[in-house]
Amino acid sequence: MIHNSGEAANERPNIIVLLKQVPDIEEVKFDTEKGTLDRSSAKAEPNPFDLNALEAGVQIKEKLGGTITVVSMGPPQAESALRDALARGADRAILLTDKKFGGADTLATSYTLASAIKKLGNFDLIICGEKTVDGDTGQVGPEVAEHLGIPHVAYVSEIKKCDKEGFVTVSQMGEYRYLTELKSFGLITVTKDINEPRLPSLRDKLKARKSEIEIWSVDDLTNGADRNKFGIMGSPTSVYKITIPSVEGRRGKIFRGTPDEATKKFVEELEKILKV
Amino acid sequence: MGEYKGVMTFAEQEDGKIHPVSYELLGKGRDIADKLGVKLSCVLLGFQMKNEVNELIYHGADKIFFYDHPSLKEFDTIRYKQNIVNLVKEEKPEIFLLGATHLGRSLGPRIAVAVKTGLTADCIDLKVDEEGNLIQIRPAFSGNILAHIKTKTRPQMSTVRYKVMEKRERDPTRKGEIIMKDAEVVENSGTNILKKEKAGEVNITEADIIVSGGRGLKKPDDFKILHELADLLGGVVGSSRPLVDEGWIGREHQVGFSGNTVKPKLYFACGISGSSQHLAGMRDSDIIVAINTDPSAPIFKVADYGIVGDLYEVVPKLVDVIGKNKNKVLS
Ligand SMILES: Cc1cc2nc3c(=O)[nH]c(=O)nc-3n(C[C@H](O)[C@H](O)[C@H](O)COP(=O)(O)OP(=O)(O)OC[C@H]3O[C@@H](n4cnc5c(N)ncnc54)[C@H](O)[C@@H]3O)c2cc1C
Ligand SMILES: Cc1cc2nc3c(=O)[nH]c(=O)nc-3n(C[C@H](O)[C@H](O)[C@H](O)COP(=O)(O)OP(=O)(O)OC[C@H]3O[C@@H](n4cnc5c(N)ncnc54)[C@H](O)[C@@H]3O)c2cc1C
Repeated sequence: MIHNSGEAANERPNIIVLLKQVPDIEEVKFDTEKGTLDRSSAKAEPNPFDLNALEAGVQIKEKLGGTITVVSMGPPQAESALRDALARGADRAILLTDKKFGGADTLATSYTLASAIKKLGNFDLIICGEKTVDGDTGQVGPEVAEHLGIPHVAYVSEIKKCDKEGFVTVSQMGEYRYLTELKSFGLITVTKDINEPRLPSLRDKLKARKSEIEIWSVDDLTNGADRNKFGIMGSPTSVYKITIPSVEGRRGKIFRGTPDEATKKFVEELEKILKV
Repeated sequence: MGEYKGVMTFAEQEDGKIHPVSYELLGKGRDIADKLGVKLSCVLLGFQMKNEVNELIYHGADKIFFYDHPSLKEFDTIRYKQNIVNLVKEEKPEIFLLGATHLGRSLGPRIAVAVKTGLTADCIDLKVDEEGNLIQIRPAFSGNILAHIKTKTRPQMSTVRYKVMEKRERDPTRKGEIIMKDAEVVENSGTNILKKEKAGEVNITEADIIVSGGRGLKKPDDFKILHELADLLGGVVGSSRPLVDEGWIGREHQVGFSGNTVKPKLYFACGISGSSQHLAGMRDSDIIVAINTDPSAPIFKVADYGIVGDLYEVVPKLVDVIGKNKNKVLS
């Protein structure tokens, strides 16, 4: 059961962390000519900002107790990201995996995640990363909040206070820093500035290797959810082409030689550019 | 889809001042609306902003929907969302654009879900194809690629990056219609702003000249060298991520994927290798100058001007030469 608005949070909060497995961007090959990308050789890892999300959850748990459930939608291999999360302090891990979830844009992804959260029921706080390093939209967090009809605060860089009254967050919007109270429960998206994720100990890693990862498919969610809203069927946007950002138009004038010479030549150019 | 018509943009305000991205959206929105032969409307939520409303018309809007209410003075995601969703359902625009600012990227997704449509993030270009569909182009994979995206539902929604679209020249003779809307007042939105304060001394995203330092710097104090150049040129100092993580400089100075996206007229990268995450935040700068000891550093690939050399020699030299020729260089 999702808490009704106005009701105080549990003293021992139930926290849900949303975590996506992504390719190590340094190892993805981008073909400038063909405009394609090849992820096959890239190692998969948890999205870096989602480790900040998990660490934020672990720190709240250390203070107040409670539980952390990590939910991920992805291919079966994403299990390894969830094991990593268990080693880092999560209590329970759920992988939403099904061919029918494939090809999802953020609308379908957030619908799927929200359906799983509804099925889980009772929670006080959902924590997401600010964005992923691949899809890179930063939309899934606020969209999950809208599907669930709960408030959210984006770009949280600090949790100032957490107790049974709720949470107080610090977040940046443009030129300002806001101190915002999340009165009972809700969702936050966090930036890398919120913490430095701890590395799991060897012992925890070994323990996580034996822990259970719950696997949920479409059929596990359809009690209450509409299967036409999953995956590619439920996705209004599609990427139909990929290109590589061009460096055309850059002057590419490189000056070498002694600092005196190079600087002099460059300053002559600078005179010209600052005049226009 | 036939019943959806017109282009609508969201006018973002802070302290009653319209964010410049809103005028850029009107510039692009005007082009698209003219191409499609439809009207351009704009929605503004705030309190006591009568003068600003006209500015939106002077910058290209045909029609303004203005929600003037104390509950909308400060940004509140749920209150803003509720009113915009009501309007979008009533007016049914075929295209709805927001700025890809923190605010726009927090608000846009909620609107998209509530009106059951797709949203394309952080676009750097928008076009219209032969059938009148919106083509949305955006960086992804930490800035390594550009994705071209279409949306099959209506409205087609996008957030658009600040400083990439041209605003139109202000035309105070332009006429338009202002429609005052009754705000739906959401009593309890679930969040409550307790305090609001300036995030830092500098707002690097607005700077015309940025002098950034990276791990080529040997100690925190050495930022002084970069400050001298920045001060001389009337610019501000930026940084790559590692130095921010080390605490050498505040995070409001960080440029890149997990920091600020900037687009100054002139960007100096001093002792910065040019990782894809750094480039993601500055690759659209008008002119890029790289100073690096390693001639094979990737930063040189995107640079307009590169100086292969030690920043500890080159930067003071620059300060010296520019200082001496100040009148000539900075006329
Ligand atoms: C090149 C490219 C461009 C794209 N552009 C768009 C676009 O403009 N609009 C659009 O709607 N879709 C787009 N997509 C699809 C989008 O990437 C997928 O929907 C993806 O599943 C989620 O979006 P994201 O990676 O951007 O996540 P983000 O919204 O950036 O993720 C934010 C946070 O949400 C949580 N989260 C995200 N995904 C998951 C998951 N699978 N499991 C658990 N938690 C998760 C994490 O906490 C994460 O830190 C694009 C895909 C590609 C390949
Ligand atoms: C999820 C994620 C997000 C990230 N976000 C960001 C981000 O927002 N911004 C960012 O910058 N990075 C970001 N990074 C980190 C990024 O991958 C690089 O590690 C970082 O940009 C490197 O910083 P650098 O260029 O200062 O250091 P290095 O790569 O170590 O480069 C230092 C350069 O200085 C040169 N040099 C050394 N001495 C001198 C000298 N005396 N004079 C001149 N040149 C000299 C060297 O030749 C070298 O090219 C992110 C990484 C990840 C995984």
